[in-house]
Formats: sequence, structure tokens, C-alpha cells
Amino acid sequence: MKYKVAKRLDLHGVPCPMNFVKTKVALFGLECGDLLEVILDEGEAIINVPRSLKDEGHKIIKVEKLEETFRVIVEHG
Amino acid sequence: MGLSESQTERYSRHIILKDIGVEGQEKLLNGKVLIIGTGGLGSPAALYLAAAGVGTIGLVDGDTVDLSNLQRQIIHFTPDLERPKVESAAEKINQINPDVTVNSHNKFAKAENILGLVMEYDFVIDGTDNFPAKFLINDACVMAEKPYSHGGILKFDGQTLTYKPGSACLRCVFEDLPPKNTVPTCSQAGVLGAVAGMLGTIQTAEAIKYITGVGNLLENRMLTFNALAMEFMTINIKRNSGCPVCGTTPVITELQDYEQPVCDLIQKKNPME
Repeated sequence: MKYKVAKRLDLHGVPCPMNFVKTKVALFGLECGDLLEVILDEGEAIINVPRSLKDEGHKIIKVEKLEETFRVIVEHG
Repeated sequence: MGLSESQTERYSRHIILKDIGVEGQEKLLNGKVLIIGTGGLGSPAALYLAAAGVGTIGLVDGDTVDLSNLQRQIIHFTPDLERPKVESAAEKINQINPDVTVNSHNKFAKAENILGLVMEYDFVIDGTDNFPAKFLINDACVMAEKPYSHGGILKFDGQTLTYKPGSACLRCVFEDLPPKNTVPTCSQAGVLGAVAGMLGTIQTAEAIKYITGVGNLLENRMLTFNALAMEFMTINIKRNSGCPVCGTTPVITELQDYEQPVCDLIQKKNPME
């Protein structure tokens, strides 16, 4: 399924917690209901960032495994 | 306005906080805080406000750095001896954070200048070391409807309350200045340097909470602590309708430079005894 994302953010190689900080900054510029695509590293990043986003009231729509990263679609809550 | 890449990184630990985030950080960058007194309380206040990215910091102090200050006034360093305190403090603020604009006022807060100073800011921190200045700041902030943090320290003790228009002010609790020589000053009684840091830091947290609009301020409450017992106590206080400055019929309607009344007990004593 194709998602109409408002913004894309490649955080491959960006460690915690700056990956979450950059995601928050990107979401701040979006409206409620807008979708953001984030590329996150495996390991700590993919474990922590979606969890922190959910804590802040955002919705994780999809997590897709790519080669060595994950593509995450977040809906602004 | 949006945060730059370097600001995003500098303030990342604020941005991570759910209650602050990008929005709160932008409020801080647009915030204006006046620190009256750049000594024991004003030093940690200035350092933390600068680090937090409060966009405009005003400093008011007519004093110069003395060797006996360095035990607690941590914004001043040994090479700063004899320099005006506001100049020494402004230099450190600029080094910590170039985002901050510093307005230095190399003079003491007095009845004639204080209103003009507090009007320019969102929040005021009382970092002074004497009762006449503390009551002047209170009265000026009540008249200007400006929120401020009162703070006082002595020996191992600290006390603080936050005033916001409509809440209890310092005079609701302490109607007037204590008579002269009934309360020793820090120079007479001494003060633990770390106590200044503790209290000034609490005041700074209040300023940051006010600007970002998060949490509950120390309104209608007074926090006191004793560092020897390491006990903290919060006392509920109430606005006094008979308060001489914020009551229903205030008797203090214009500012003046106060003098501590002379204590009766001491006056009656034979000075030769």
C-alpha cells in the first residue's frame, strides 16, 4: 500500500537520542493526521524511537524492514 | 522561526522532554528574564538560563567581583576580581550560548529605575542579598504585574516563593522589612555556597516553567529547606486582603528606596554595654 507522506527523513546512521529529536522536530512542522516517513537503523533506534513517538501520542502506521534499516510511517497525533 | 541544526542538537535534551519539546524550546528562545543581583543566586540562574537558551537575559548589579564572592558566586572566576559583576557574568553567558542576548545594567536596582527594567522582561529573578532590595522588587513586580521569583538564603537555609499577578506576594507573608540587625546578613552569618546554588537553581526552574507554561509554579506556596537536615518543606500561603501593596486598599502606591527600621530592643540598649 502506498502512503501519501508529507515529509521524509533519513536517519540512517543517526544514533539515539538525536534520531528521536530530529523526528520530533520534523513532526513539529506537520499537522495532525499528516504522515512522516522515517528511515531508522536496526537495534536501539528501531526499538526506542517508535516507542517514544507512541508515548507522545503519535501513531505508528507501518514498519517495513529494508536491507539494514527500517522504514517507519508515523501519523502525527 | 524554526530551530537550526545546531540548535536542535544543543537543546536536544529539552526537545526530548514531552512537556517542553520544540514548542517549549522556541518559547525559551523568545523568552526574556531579568536577574537582579548577579551573586550567589544570580550566578546559577544566569548560567542555567543561558544554557537553556533563554533568548534575552537582563543583569542588574552595581557591584564588582570581590575575592569573598568566589566561594559561591560561580559565574565569576578568579581573573574577574575587581571587574563589574554584570560584565563578568555577561562574558560567561556569551561563552556558554551565543543564542543569548545579554542586557547588562551596571547599577543597583532602585526605586527610580526598577520599573523601567522589569517592564522589559517576562519574568524576574530576585537574586539580591538584602531586605530593602527584596521588598523593592516585590513592590515593583506587584505594581508592574510582573511574575517573579523571590529567594533568600542564610547559613544552611533557603526560602523561595513565586509571585504571579493575583497570587500571594512577599508582603502578604512578611508585611514589612525586619528591623535592622534582627536578621544577620550573609556576610555576618555566613552561607554555604552550595545552598546558593540550590536555591538559585530552584528559582531558575520556576522561570523556565513560567516561560514554557508547564507544571505548577510555587504560587501561594513558600518552599523552605535546610541543607544540614536536608529537609524541604512547602508551606501554603494566602493572599492577604490587607496586604500593604497587593491588598484591596494598598498603602504602598509608589516605590521608594526602603531602609530597615532600627530594632527597638537594640536602640534601647546602652551602646557602651
